Amino acid sequence: MLDFDDRYTLAHKIYPYEKHADQDKAEAVRHPVVVVGGGPIGVATALDLGMQDIPVVVLDDHEGIGMGSRAICFAKRCLEVADRYGCGEPMVDKGVVWNLGKVFHKEGQIYEFNLLPEEGHKYPAFINLQQPYFERFMVDRLRALQAEGKPIEIRGKNRVDAIEVKDDHVVLDVMTPDGPYKIEADWLVAADGANSPLRDMLGQDFTGKVFQDSFLIADIKMKDVEFPTERWFWFEPTHGSGASTLLHKQPDDVWRIDFQIGWDVDRKEEMKEENIRRRLDAMLGDVEYEMVWSSIYTFQCKRMGSFRHGRVFFAGDAAHQVSPFGARGANSGMQDVDNLGWKLGMVLKGQAPEALLDSYSEERVYGADENILNSTRSTDFITPKSEVSKTFRDAVLTLAAKHEFARPLVNSGRLSVPCVYDGLSLNGPDSLPGAPARTRVGAPMVDAPIGDDWLLSMIGNRFILMTIDADAPESLDVDGIEVTRLALSSKDNPELAERYLGEAKSAVYLMRPDQHVAARWAHFDTASVNRAVNIATARA
Amino acid sequence: MSDLNTKPNITAPDDFYATLLAVHEGKTKEESDAINARLVLILANQVGDADILNQAIALAAEG
Repeated sequence: MLDFDDRYTLAHKIYPYEKHADQDKAEAVRHPVVVVGGGPIGVATALDLGMQDIPVVVLDDHEGIGMGSRAICFAKRCLEVADRYGCGEPMVDKGVVWNLGKVFHKEGQIYEFNLLPEEGHKYPAFINLQQPYFERFMVDRLRALQAEGKPIEIRGKNRVDAIEVKDDHVVLDVMTPDGPYKIEADWLVAADGANSPLRDMLGQDFTGKVFQDSFLIADIKMKDVEFPTERWFWFEPTHGSGASTLLHKQPDDVWRIDFQIGWDVDRKEEMKEENIRRRLDAMLGDVEYEMVWSSIYTFQCKRMGSFRHGRVFFAGDAAHQVSPFGARGANSGMQDVDNLGWKLGMVLKGQAPEALLDSYSEERVYGADENILNSTRSTDFITPKSEVSKTFRDAVLTLAAKHEFARPLVNSGRLSVPCVYDGLSLNGPDSLPGAPARTRVGAPMVDAPIGDDWLLSMIGNRFILMTIDADAPESLDVDGIEVTRLALSSKDNPELAERYLGEAKSAVYLMRPDQHVAARWAHFDTASVNRAVNIATARA
Repeated sequence: MSDLNTKPNITAPDDFYATLLAVHEGKTKEESDAINARLVLILANQVGDADILNQAIALAAEG
């Protein structure tokens, strides 16, 4: 039996290699959608398409979920996307929510802050959760959908070695323990990670700024110590060399510590347990702990020029990479899937032209640029690149210790928030005078309580016309696209009124299947809604 | 858009200038740079308005 080595150790071997009938066919079998990569972004893509009854095959060169906590901060929007896929709740149940943060400079604490989360949302601003859990809950969901008969397949130890892009499909050479076979796809989603082999095979550019820095990550389990559930961030810590240190809690009493240790380091030397312990001991003092996992990584801020190349889409780290400050990696990858899923679904069902797929790249490149900008700014603050930027950075930290006004300038990574697709092609009219800016056209919806339920649980997966204190037909057929009404009242619902009405007396919102606002008006008008649906699906 | 005030606005300009220089007396270059940086941030917060701050930064860059 032919075999190939794993590139990394698995935490959960949950989709072991099994020979598929496709492998014995003389002719390559054609599938509507093939996803390359079984990480969080690939699996999320399978959930999105599978739930739409679109057959999807995921190929992964491993047989399960990789070891190591890796991405540990999952933000609200990402959890809301997971909720739409039916796996958000176990993530929050398992995850750790924190609100208190402390900021240190050199030896002392300079201030602390409480995030004071806004009430009236199903999901918290973010949770800390080890990536293997996040992935596990999605694969569990995938298995549940398969049991319901949804057309999803995941094939372990199926490594893509070559790709040929035709006008109306792609052909993949896949290697397995039983040898190679060919598979065809009408559409391909490349979610094969930061080093995306598919990106290289297609000769695509990946440009940006490489930051010359490395991080030593250590996950530790405290013994007999009650450590508070807080986030601690040190600028220029005195407990060891390096520009910054971050400590935060994960489930299972595991603590994550990120040491920023500079570029010119001897990785092998730094990874020795005694050397990691030396750093940890200097920081934690006299505390007993066991080491769970450690790793060193470097990062880049880069993106591809376009995320669509004909029949191939790139998503997640394969399409864009950011620094870890602000947790914009996995979180933005989930938003890619959120954006691509319904568009691909509508094109495959013949409800929208292929041009709709160009808007995936347009919108998500816009999102990636915003994420890269934010993450670059954090990086510049944490590791000043010039003498004058260090002078200003230190001035901010000195002032922040005593004066509240300087604290908003302290940037140890901004909370990952989804971008608003301002001014992009799918946006319809924003014709609701006095309405809040946060729910403007192009924005992701803001959650609100509706009785015992949540607004976001009632919207998504299709076009919805949300009316607040306004009349409209219960459903509309816009040239084959069904738009269903969700009638709401602002009576006794101050959150809904504040988030969607503002100064307006009534509102009609057209919501996209990915819970973004496509258009809004004060009153219903058939022609206006029809036109907005056509704009939002690239039919106008 | 608010406009940056480029007309004289400082009460007792000579006193202000003397106070500004006095704070740097006996300081090293590094200490002085730190004071100036803090002063910029304190004054920027006082101004607040992004339009004014952008015009001020552009004007300073002109030299």
